Amino acid sequence: MTKIKGAEIIMEALRKEGVEIIFGYPGGANLPMYDALKKYPDIKHVLVRHEQSAAHAADAYARVSGKAGVCWATSGPGATNLVTGIANAWMDSVPLVCITGQVVSWLLGRDGFQEADITGITIPITKHNVLVLEVEDIAPAIAEAFHIATTGRPGPVLVDIPRDVQQQLCEFEYPDSVELAGYQPKVSGHPQQVKKAAQFIAESEKPLILAGHGVVIARAAEELRELAEKADIPVITTLLGIGGMPGSHELNMGMPGMHGMYWNNIGIQEADLILGIGMRFDDRVTGALKDFAPNAKIVHIDVDPAEIGKNVKTHVPIVGDVKTVLQQLIPHVTRARHDAWRAWFRDMRAKHPSIAIPETDKILPQYVIKKIYDLSGPDAYYATGVGQHQMWAAQFFWGDNPYSFITSGGLGTMGFEVPAAIGVQFARPHNTVWAFCGDGGFQMTMQELALCTEYELPIKFAIINNHYLGMVRQWQDEFYAGNKQSVRMFQPDFVKVAEAMGLTGIRVTEKNMVESSIEAALRHPGAVVLDFEVEDIENCYPMMPPGVSLSDTIDQPPVKQPEMVR
Amino acid sequence: MSGRLHTIVALVENRPGVLNKIASKWRQRGFNIESLTVGHSEVPGLSRMTFTVDGAAHDIEQVAKQLYKVIEVVKITDVTEESIVARELALVKVATTKENRSAVIEVVDVFRAKVVDVATDSVVVEATGTEEKIDALVAMLTPYGLKEIVRTGRVAMVRGGMSTVAAPEQNGAYHKYRSAGEGKPKVGSLI
Repeated sequence: MTKIKGAEIIMEALRKEGVEIIFGYPGGANLPMYDALKKYPDIKHVLVRHEQSAAHAADAYARVSGKAGVCWATSGPGATNLVTGIANAWMDSVPLVCITGQVVSWLLGRDGFQEADITGITIPITKHNVLVLEVEDIAPAIAEAFHIATTGRPGPVLVDIPRDVQQQLCEFEYPDSVELAGYQPKVSGHPQQVKKAAQFIAESEKPLILAGHGVVIARAAEELRELAEKADIPVITTLLGIGGMPGSHELNMGMPGMHGMYWNNIGIQEADLILGIGMRFDDRVTGALKDFAPNAKIVHIDVDPAEIGKNVKTHVPIVGDVKTVLQQLIPHVTRARHDAWRAWFRDMRAKHPSIAIPETDKILPQYVIKKIYDLSGPDAYYATGVGQHQMWAAQFFWGDNPYSFITSGGLGTMGFEVPAAIGVQFARPHNTVWAFCGDGGFQMTMQELALCTEYELPIKFAIINNHYLGMVRQWQDEFYAGNKQSVRMFQPDFVKVAEAMGLTGIRVTEKNMVESSIEAALRHPGAVVLDFEVEDIENCYPMMPPGVSLSDTIDQPPVKQPEMVR
Repeated sequence: MSGRLHTIVALVENRPGVLNKIASKWRQRGFNIESLTVGHSEVPGLSRMTFTVDGAAHDIEQVAKQLYKVIEVVKITDVTEESIVARELALVKVATTKENRSAVIEVVDVFRAKVVDVATDSVVVEATGTEEKIDALVAMLTPYGLKEIVRTGRVAMVRGGMSTVAAPEQNGAYHKYRSAGEGKPKVGSLI
């Protein structure tokens, strides 16, 4: 066998793993990897403009494609720039393999130029990380990285490789399979627990499913629908669970939590059984834990045993892959009807519409978002940033295409939307991809617009521009006596920014322009930035104020917000 | 964080960075590790760690679950409720004079400890036992003047034929590749 360079071993390993695309940025410590790229034309490299975007794009690519996303960067600042993206993937359980160049091994720990202890830094935000010091260890380390990133509860794995190790010669041998004594994720649930869950469902009169990202990650939307239909259980989807249940399905109740549907928050308090499926009882969903679902028994299905009992006391814990466990569970579940319970929801929805859009001549942000959903057809994909626009995007998403709503949930990373949309478009080159952008978040990553021109990505960016960091402004108004600090900022001319980057820009200032400009953007073959100048002090409701119980959710604001003083 | 002292035994791969990863999980939940010992186990490549941590049972269980997420952690058990043999080793340097040295040695004998070094103005005492025994010995030696104390912290083993934290049947390697190579700069040991 011929010997090849460590950097080529990395490429061979990526090829073995079926990697088609790498998001990355070059620098001194990963130059051998860039040198090797030429020999592997089947693996596309996308040059981002900041390493954070490489991680976010790979993250979004992974969520849509169901494969591990791959990003790489050089040592030091390249690696530390990945950190936010890695943390984002960690919080949302996204399979990500990050390969960082490191300073030459004899300089390690000596503050070499562009040295950062990236394995040390990323311990709390990676599922696993490793510093590879021998060229023969590269192939097994990468095999393990993919195995760990994609199995069990997925997550990011970082492999750090000094530049000299990338240049050493070694034969390429790739393990057929990886077995690790300390890592054996459970797939099927305990049969007794599964039966017990079925029994709890049979005894329940007001059952509720809280479906989370686990349903989406496990690609278990079919099984979830089957379970819900068979036992006639309303399904609430968490922010990251959106798409796990078809939006148009009569059993889909939408989102719960801080900005969730009022009927869901009250419904959780009424329920006598909660089935948490692939979700983690996050504080944004539960509100004050001591008052959460006081009447309900809890069945918790999750692949990660550490999630069981972490936040709520569980009556029936089932550890296993969501898809497998649901397949086990469905045959044991008796067909049932819960007419009274369903009528309760219908009644609540009629009394508290939660997402009714007020009639006005102004451009309301939620109006823009709803119009985009209505006009973009069933096959479009959506990436969002973080803040008010994200919550509205989540509230008004009632589409049927599973896995088409991509958002930063756990970490809440502003600026995610732009690189995420890029990752989505690479994964789905023939579908319409929208990025819902906040005017704040957009400015964090808008340098990546250049990629739309360079790689011919026809992404449609909708800036929900209220000239504020809207969610922060809403909190300042509600909880800090209207003391608006550092939430209004100078903005560049986004239309000119778009044009400078080779995109088309449209500014929308009148309500009657909204529909026509969305249609124009959809017709346009290239990328478009739509700057929607929306009503600036619109607040996002329903809202459960932080720290209170779900029962205290405010459906609509009690009084109209006072006009702000400019 | 109130509760009692828990003894936790973990079987881990002997690789760079492992201790850092484990300590990170405790730190994230705000625990203070009271004592920690690490050494080779009966299986080559695996080390056994004994922690003592103060906290409520539920919190400890939560961290133990988090520790399982560290890929290099093979097995972890809270043995607090088990019937265990728990010991620590202490070295105590005591100031002595010609006059009181024999009195010190008498105390040492009562505790079945050993004098392992003698100098003109001090002796070094080696003692093994439970924390309570070591505490009592130290209390007895304090009046003579303590110059230095070093304690290993608790090591523990379940009584009887069962293994405390047995290495599971080897299905698959612990890691197929080696740790920091020979003749190269060792980047961190277990620490």
